[in-house]
Amino acid sequence: MSIIIYLMAAALTLGLLGLCAFLWALRNGQFDDLEGAAHRILFDDDGADDGDTGHPPGDQSADRP
Amino acid sequence: MTDTAATNANPETGSFDYSRYVTERPGGVAALSLLVGNIHCAACVRTIETALEGQPGVVEARVNLTNRRLALAWRDGAADPARLLSRVTARGYRLAPFDAALMNKQDRTRERELLRAMAVAGFAAANVMLLSVSVWAGLAADMGPATRGLMHWVSALIALPAVVYAGRPFFHSAVAALRGGHVNMDVPISLAVILAAGMSLAQTASGGDRVYFDASVMLLFLLLVGRYLDQRMRGRARDVAANLLGLNAVAATVVDRDGQRRALPVADVRAGMIVHVAPGDRVPVDGRVTAGRSEVDNSLVSGETLPQPVAPGARVFAGTLNGGGALTITVTAAGDDTLLADIVRLMESAGQGRSALVRLADRAAQIYVPLVHAAAALTAVAWLAAGAPWTVAVTTAIAVLIITCPCALGLAVPAVQVAAASRLLRSGILVKSGDALERLAQVDHVVLDKTGTLTRGQPDLVGKVEGCGGSVADDLLARAASLASASRHPLARALVRAAEGAGLHLTAPGDVREEAGSGLEGMVSGHRLRLGRRDWCGSADSDGASHSEPGPDRSEGGLRNAGGEAGTGGDGEPAAPAGPELWIRDGDAPPRRLCFVDQPRSDAASVVRGLQGQGLGVSLLSGDRPVVVQAVARHTGIDDWAGALPPAGKISRIQALAASGRRVLMVGDGLNDAPALAAAWVSMSPASAADISQTAADLVFQGERLAPVHEALAVARKARRLVLQNFGLAVAYNLVAVPVAALGLASPLVAAVAMSASSLLVTLNALRLHRRPRVVGAAPSGDAAADVMAAT
Repeated sequence: MSIIIYLMAAALTLGLLGLCAFLWALRNGQFDDLEGAAHRILFDDDGADDGDTGHPPGDQSADRP
Repeated sequence: MTDTAATNANPETGSFDYSRYVTERPGGVAALSLLVGNIHCAACVRTIETALEGQPGVVEARVNLTNRRLALAWRDGAADPARLLSRVTARGYRLAPFDAALMNKQDRTRERELLRAMAVAGFAAANVMLLSVSVWAGLAADMGPATRGLMHWVSALIALPAVVYAGRPFFHSAVAALRGGHVNMDVPISLAVILAAGMSLAQTASGGDRVYFDASVMLLFLLLVGRYLDQRMRGRARDVAANLLGLNAVAATVVDRDGQRRALPVADVRAGMIVHVAPGDRVPVDGRVTAGRSEVDNSLVSGETLPQPVAPGARVFAGTLNGGGALTITVTAAGDDTLLADIVRLMESAGQGRSALVRLADRAAQIYVPLVHAAAALTAVAWLAAGAPWTVAVTTAIAVLIITCPCALGLAVPAVQVAAASRLLRSGILVKSGDALERLAQVDHVVLDKTGTLTRGQPDLVGKVEGCGGSVADDLLARAASLASASRHPLARALVRAAEGAGLHLTAPGDVREEAGSGLEGMVSGHRLRLGRRDWCGSADSDGASHSEPGPDRSEGGLRNAGGEAGTGGDGEPAAPAGPELWIRDGDAPPRRLCFVDQPRSDAASVVRGLQGQGLGVSLLSGDRPVVVQAVARHTGIDDWAGALPPAGKISRIQALAASGRRVLMVGDGLNDAPALAAAWVSMSPASAADISQTAADLVFQGERLAPVHEALAVARKARRLVLQNFGLAVAYNLVAVPVAALGLASPLVAAVAMSASSLLVTLNALRLHRRPRVVGAAPSGDAAADVMAAT
C-alpha cells in the first residue's frame, strides 16, 4: 500500500504544476484579450510591413446606419 | 461602442503632446496606453501592430481587441512617439491617449483575484474529491483506519490553505455586512465553510469519519464561478465607460497671436482662445466660427441626421463633427462649461433619482439566512435535550449548515443571468449589468425616442409619392445620383443608395464643384447638372430656410438641411412629406424636387403592436417637430406622443410616469436622450447611438431592426421565472436535506452528492433559457474555468 503515498504525491505535484501554469498565464496577461487571441493565430508572420487590411477603417459619418 | 471621438496628430494640426500620458517602466522603457477609435476587426489589429513593430526602439506594440486599446512601449530616447503614432494615424486610425488614472484598478484587480481564487479552489476541490472518493470506496472495501486517516490528513493539507485563500472574497464581504448590521448571502457561506473546515480538522485529529473537506472546498469553487461570471458582466460595461471618459483627452489645435499652431489638451483650453478645426475632425470646444465655411454634423449632439452648414458667426458645439471645410473658432466655453458637460451633469443628476432595486438574491438572503441559522441552532438544542454528548450535537448542527447548501442559492441567480446574457448576446444584444435583466422583467411601459430608434436615423428617397420624386424619370435620377456620388452629404448618399437600389447605372461625374451648404454642380454624360438647395438650383420661390443654432433644445431628425424645409403645399407644389428635400436642375429645364424621409425601422410598427399586445403602455417622446413625430406615431400606431421636447422635458415625462407607479423602459440613441436613459427604470440604446447614450443605457442592441427590444423583454421575463424556479428548487431541496442532516444521517458522502446534485440542477435549469440545449459560452470566463479544470 505504500505505493499510494507516491501516487498521491505525484498526483498532487502534477495538479500543482497545472495550477502554477494557470496563475503564470494569468499574470502574463494571457486572459486580457480573449477576442484578439482567437484571431492572432490566423496572422501569417512573414514580417510584411505594408499593413494593408484591404479596407479603410470606418469613418465617423457612417456611424449612424 | 460605435466610435470614439478622437482627434489626433495629423499633419494639418501639428502633433499632439502625448507626454502627459507617458508612464515610465523599469529599464529605461517608456509606455503609452491609447484608445484606438475606429478599430473593428482582427485585420485592424494586424495593420496597427505591423506599422509599429518593425520600428527602431519599439519594445512592445500590442492592440487589445476586447477593449480597443493599444499598448505601446519604447526605449526612452531611441524612438519618437509622435512619429510612431503618426504611422498609425496615417493608416486612418484615430488615437486618443488613454489616461491610466481612468482605469478602475480596484475592479480589475478584484476580477483577477476572483479568477485566482477560483483556480485555487478548483484545484483543491478536484484533488480533495479524489481522496474523498477513495475513502468512500474504502468504506465498501477494507480500508484501515490508518489509511483513512492519511487520506484525511492529506485532504486537510490541501483544503485548509485553499479555504483560507479562496474564501477571502466571501469573508471580507461577510464581515463588512455584519459591521453594517445586516446579513447578506456571504454570511452563511462564510460560516458554513469555516465551520465545516474546522470541524473536519477536529474530526481528522480525533480519527472520526465526519470529514467534510470536499464539501467546503467544492462549495467555494461553485460559488466563485458564479461570482466571477457576475463580475465579468460588469467588467464589460466598465470598459465601455472608461473608453468614453478617455474621449475627454482629445487635443485642440490652438492658434497663437503670431499665427503659430500648437496642440493643447482640451482641459487647458480657455475661453477666448482661437482654435483651428481641420476637415473631418471633431470640434473640441464650444465656440463661434470666425472664419471658414463648412458643414457640421450634429448627430451626436441633437440627433440631427443632416449636417448643418456653418459660416462665420455660427455657433458650434463640442462633440460635433466638422465636414469638408477648415474652420477657425473663437472658444466660448471649454471643459466643464460645454454643452457636452451639461448633458453629462443632467445625466448624472437624473441617474441619482433612479429608485434602487433590491435584488432578488438579496431578498432571498434576507429570508434564508435567519431560517438556516435557526434550523442549525434548533438541531443542536434538540440533540442536547435528547441527551447526546455536545460534540455530537455540534457536529450535527454544522452538518445542517453545510447541507443547506448556499451554493444552490448562490448559483441560482448568476447562472440564469449569464445564460440570459449569452442568449441575448447571440442576438446582438449586450447586457451591461445583471440588474438590467431584473429591472427589465418588471417593465410595464415603454418610451421610445424617434430619430435613430423608431426610425433608422438616415434619410431615404421617397419613392412614388405624388408630386415628389415620383415623376422624376429614371434617367434623370441616374444622372442626379451620378453627380451625388461625388459628395459625402447624407442626402447625396441617400440618393446614390436609392439609384443603386433601383438598379440604375451610374457614371463618373466630371468637373464637379461643391459649395458647402448649397449644393453640387458638375457634368454627367454631357449634361450640366445642379443638385442642392432650392435657391442653388434657381427655383423662383425660395423659402429661405432658417438655420437656427443646433443644441439639445432643438429638433432632431434632419429637417433643417441643405435643401431647406419642405413646404406643406404653400408653394404651389403638392403637399410633401415633412422631410428634407433636394432640388435637381438638368441644364435649363425647370428644377425638380426630390424628397427624403427618415424611414421607420422595418419592423417598428409590428414591434409596437407586439408590445401593446402584451399590455404594455407605449409612448413616443421626441425632440423633433410635432408634425413629423405625429406622422411616425400614426405609422407605428402609438397614441401617446409628444414632440419638441428638450432633454429635461423627456426626463420630466419619464418621472411623471414613474410617479404614477409605472416602470419605464426608455429606448433612445441621441446625446439628448442620455439623461432620459439614465432617469428611466431601465434603458436600451442601439449600437449606432452616441457613446454617451450607450454608457447611460443598461442594454445595447445591434442591427437595423427594433425586434431586440421585444426579445430582451421576453428573455428578461423568462430569466425572472427561471430565477424564481431556481429558488423553488433550492427551497424544495432544503426541505428534504435539512431534516436528513438534523437527524444525523448526513454522512460526508450524502452531503457531497446532495450538494453537487442541487447545484447541477439549478445550473441545468438556467440553461433552459437557450432554445436549443447547449453549453453556456457567454463569458470568456468559461474558458478560464475550463483551464482551471484542465489544470487539475
